[in-house]
Amino acid sequence: MSEKLYLYPVWVRLWHWSNAILFIVLIITGLSMQYSGTEMKFIRFDIAVAMHNIAGVLVTFLYAIYILGNTITVNSKNYRIREKGLIGRMIKQFRYYSYGIFINEKPPFPPKKNRKFNPMQLVSYVIVMYLFFPFLIITGFGLLYPETIFPTVFGISGIQFTAIFHSLLGFFLSVFMLIHIYMCTLGEKPSTHFKSMINGYH
Amino acid sequence: MKFSLIKKCLYLLAIMLFTATSYTSIGQEAEKRIPDFAEENGLCFKCHGHKTYNYYNEWTEQNVRERMNPYFIVDSIEFYESNHWNFQCTDCHSMDYENFPHDGELRMEEKPGCLDCHGGDDTYADYHFEEIEDEFQRSVHSDKHSVDFTCWMCHNPHSYKISARTSENIKEVIVYDNNICLSCHADINKYQLISDQENPNILEKHDWLPNQQLHFANVRCIECHAKTNDSIMVAHLIQPKELAVKMCVECHSQNSILEASLYKFQARENRNKLGFFNPSLLENSYIIGANRNYYLNIISIFVYGFTLLVILIHAFLRIIIKK
Ligand code: HEC
Ligand code: HEC
Ligand code: HEC
Ligand code: HEC
Ligand code: HEC
Ligand code: HEC
Ligand code: HEC
Ligand code: HEM
Repeated sequence: MSEKLYLYPVWVRLWHWSNAILFIVLIITGLSMQYSGTEMKFIRFDIAVAMHNIAGVLVTFLYAIYILGNTITVNSKNYRIREKGLIGRMIKQFRYYSYGIFINEKPPFPPKKNRKFNPMQLVSYVIVMYLFFPFLIITGFGLLYPETIFPTVFGISGIQFTAIFHSLLGFFLSVFMLIHIYMCTLGEKPSTHFKSMINGYH
Repeated sequence: MKFSLIKKCLYLLAIMLFTATSYTSIGQEAEKRIPDFAEENGLCFKCHGHKTYNYYNEWTEQNVRERMNPYFIVDSIEFYESNHWNFQCTDCHSMDYENFPHDGELRMEEKPGCLDCHGGDDTYADYHFEEIEDEFQRSVHSDKHSVDFTCWMCHNPHSYKISARTSENIKEVIVYDNNICLSCHADINKYQLISDQENPNILEKHDWLPNQQLHFANVRCIECHAKTNDSIMVAHLIQPKELAVKMCVECHSQNSILEASLYKFQARENRNKLGFFNPSLLENSYIIGANRNYYLNIISIFVYGFTLLVILIHAFLRIIIKK
């Protein structure tokens, strides 16, 4: 593409990379706590707890910035979803990923101004950022301040309930990250999207 | 509609939170016992059950009302709920207490110890009183203050009731048992009965423990401070502070020490039908690292594996076909 598109404003890039780093810290410390044991000492339990708490609070601040940014800046235009024909467009995109891409078809929804995401990207980002992520943060804070949690939920300990949800969500998001990173290699060149996310231009 | 998927996500979030929080639990009721000596004990409770007492002063020929020494007040409700509910006060105290003013020498009477009644009694074989006595003798408290520190220091003669063995509610047991320790360790007046030293501040001394409140509500002091013993239900060998559990993973791991102490009698199988490790821990609390779900573990490894596989195949095809 000769014409350069400025798609990722500075704040998005800063948000994104700090978020990614913190997220990796959260995943590693989270796993290390979940699989803590007397014999395996990957990260000492209390250190893992402290790191996880700090990273969690920071990621919450970043999340607030993300929400704020996508409410008041033009970046929000990229997150608009036209529901009409959405399924059809998603199928089209899916067909591209699972077939067209191998026979050098052109991507059906190339990034353009105010529509930088293709339909599948868009839906997955919205679900992740507006459903999973807030829920992950809420459950996380519940565990940080357990006195705010209801003592029993569905007959089992409220903390337990919250903790299971928290780990499940963390798990989903880590799978999302895996797929997300791979999907980002599907640009014109495998490195295209990563460069965009660094210098802002597509 | 503008932003509607975002809104839907937020609604869904709100609904899930609402349903999750709108369930609460229901309590249970205790059975009633009728004591045999309510009338006789009533004589003592007339004075010892209240903040003030009345007596007829024969010298001045007047009825007088005075304040009862707060440490001599016995709560009748607690007494009748205790292990020794069906006792007469004078089973343990001299009959001469029936007279008032009490004879000054009565205070020197020797009080019975647990073993005086329970020692060698097969009815209580389950409790292993002798072994408890032995552990207690070797504990820090007895070590340093053998004469002054008796079983009654922890087992209030007028209110002690077993709870770990009988209670369904682990949280109540924890509160009950911890209050025993805190009756001294958080109360300088009782502490000084035993020692002239400054009472170390428990909250400060346990600063290193994060979520302190949560921990103290979910584990007992003895989990960290007493050496577990397989044959007795409640470990009595309180060890010097240097030997206390400080490693998080002793609890926060699959072979959690709690399974052998707090959850001793609840611990049945290692893994229950739902596939949770340490199911007994699970019913009451969630201990990071100690209860993991076996099936969730397998599923998550499977999902990761599957995702990676799809990614690998996709990448492989891209390289092969695209060239
Ligand atoms: C004697 C056992 C024991 C030890 C030792 C212990 N914990 Fe815990 N911990 C528990 C239990 C039990 C809970 C679960 C409380 C609940 O949710 O019911 C818990 C919960 C927690 C939580 C979860 C708080 C939440 O919001 O759910 C954290 C974090 C934690 N412990 C950290 C630590 C760290 C760090 C250490 C070491 C310095 C440690 N624990 C040592 C028993 C222990
Ligand atoms: C008329 C009120 C009254 C009655 C009735 C009474 N007491 Fe007392 N008791 C007192 C007072 C006042 C004290 C504290 C002063 C003293 O020791 O005389 C006391 C002290 C005691 C003490 C502590 C003695 C010490 O110094 O360690 C015991 C034990 C005791 N009472 C047991 C009993 C028993 C058992 C009964 C019932 C059989 C009983 N009392 C009935 C008023 C009463
Ligand atoms: C199972 C035996 C037992 C029974 C029953 C019993 N006591 Fe006691 N009581 C004791 C012992 C032991 C002590 C001494 C406690 C100590 O040394 O800490 C004591 C101490 C006392 C004291 C003095 C408080 C103190 O801290 O020194 C009073 C007052 C008292 N008892 C009243 C009563 C009354 C009233 C009843 C009946 C309702 C009663 N007791 C029933 C064993 C008993
Ligand atoms: C004066 C004798 C006597 C003394 C002293 C005594 N007990 Fe008991 N204890 C009994 C008798 C009798 C029972 C049975 C009460 C009943 O079932 O109604 C009993 C019951 C118990 C029970 C079982 C309660 C149950 O419901 O099964 C425990 C536990 C117990 N005592 C612990 C102690 C401890 C600990 C001490 C010392 C701190 C102690 N006892 C001191 C006589 C005594
Ligand atoms: C430092 C405090 C302390 C001292 C001292 C102490 N105990 Fe205990 N004991 C406890 C606690 C805490 C429990 C748990 C109470 C419960 O939940 O039932 C307990 C429980 C017991 C039980 C019931 C255990 C069961 O199997 O249900 C017996 C019996 C007992 N103690 C006997 C004794 C005897 C005998 C002595 C003196 C040799 C003694 N205790 C001294 C703290 C103490
Ligand atoms: C998670 C384990 C744990 C729990 C639960 C716990 N402690 Fe400790 N406690 C320790 C450790 C470890 C030390 C030694 C701290 C040190 O030396 O820095 C200690 C120290 C102490 C000391 C000695 C303080 C001093 O320096 O003289 C007392 C007294 C004490 N604990 C009482 C309690 C009481 C009472 C409770 C229950 C309310 C309790 N502990 C619960 C682990 C625990
Ligand atoms: C009757 C008061 C009393 C009760 C009840 C009591 N303690 Fe203590 N405890 C003391 C005193 C006094 C000391 C100080 C001993 C000394 O160093 O002289 C002490 C010391 C300790 C120590 C520190 C030992 C050290 O190495 O310095 C620990 C740990 C401890 N207690 C734990 C407990 C636990 C756990 C319980 C409950 C099961 C409990 N205590 C109940 C009075 C009490
Ligand atoms: C190391 C890990 C990560 C890498 C390498 C990475 C890479 C990228 C790249 C290259 C883009 C630009 C392409 C595009 O717009 O689709 C992007 C965008 C995005 N990523 Fe990531 N990412 C990572 C982790 C995460 C995590 C953990 C999250 C959220 C939890 C996340 C959320 C997003 C979002 C929402 C966008 C779109 C931002 C916007 O333009 O508004 N990423 N990522």
